[in-house]
Amino acid sequence: MHELSLCESVLQVLEQQAQIENYQTVTAVYLEIGALSGVDPEAMRFCFDSVVQGSLAEKARLEIIEIAGQAWCSACNANVLVEQRYESCPNCGSYPLQINDGDQMRIKQLEVA
Amino acid sequence: MCGVCGCGDQHQHSPKHSHILGLSPTRMVKIEQDILAKNNHYAAENRRYFTERQMLVLNLVSSPGSGKTTLLTETIERLKADTEIAVIEGDQQTSRDAERISATGVPALQINTGKGCHLEAQRIGLALDSLQPKAQSVLFIENVGNLVCPSGFDLGEAHKVVILSVTEGEDKPIKYPDMFHAANLMLLNKIDLLPYLDFDVEQCLAYAKQVNPNIEIIQLSAKSGQGLEEWQTWIKNQQALQA
Repeated sequence: MHELSLCESVLQVLEQQAQIENYQTVTAVYLEIGALSGVDPEAMRFCFDSVVQGSLAEKARLEIIEIAGQAWCSACNANVLVEQRYESCPNCGSYPLQINDGDQMRIKQLEVA
Repeated sequence: MCGVCGCGDQHQHSPKHSHILGLSPTRMVKIEQDILAKNNHYAAENRRYFTERQMLVLNLVSSPGSGKTTLLTETIERLKADTEIAVIEGDQQTSRDAERISATGVPALQINTGKGCHLEAQRIGLALDSLQPKAQSVLFIENVGNLVCPSGFDLGEAHKVVILSVTEGEDKPIKYPDMFHAANLMLLNKIDLLPYLDFDVEQCLAYAKQVNPNIEIIQLSAKSGQGLEEWQTWIKNQQALQA
């Protein structure tokens, strides 16, 4: 959706953490992106490369860990996998389902030097 | 994993990737932070500001051309006699919308997002400094016309209100589920045009409920005035909850 400003937010965190964690360069950034987060991993990669130009993460590799969408179906009394927010249960067809994973966009960890 | 340096890559140790003795090796740093953490922090500050002043803040979101600004000017005309109102307008360019709002006599401030496709909480915080909304007022934030990006950015509002006009497709709620999921109220606008269109109202409402079972829905027309009283009552009820 708004991958450019998300990448700018990521870069701000890298710059902030540089002082706290005492590093000069970032060599890899690990993001967790859920399938229901509205973030397109390909667009994220594209924006990341342009946003980090001239920064401490200029040469950083972007590792995106994609998390599948998961929801609780109270009819089945079980977690089921979903690809969209509004989907009905793939097993029994009922909805609404309670989304409980796959809506995150998180910076998980960094590889730094 | 690379057996030489343990850096997680599959690679050869060519001169490009040499580990010269004395250079600091790479290490991992745990972050575990939401990418939107900074925005959420500013949004929480805004929310505290609004709560202290008992303000009702509504974040109006829609696609471009849904009639947001016309609906807003009509709403202001009906509310302004007994309610303090302020407006923050978000658009990529121009101050045309803020000028339309200012013509109603209420304070309005335009934020141009430039290349940005949505408003962010920090910009709202800065706008509050110059707008100085009154205690117990209603603040309308008219977001950038876009059904995608504004859904993820909390501004500190009490509610997102999504406006959908009947000149758009009835399947918008399932095409843009994030926005309809994030909103507490949907205003179905321009219903005076229904006789001329093939828009299936029942199907549209069913789609909205499918994405968000708790969403409230008001059908109205800013032009004919139909439904505006119900919308006005909704605002009054929400305002009473802030006191």
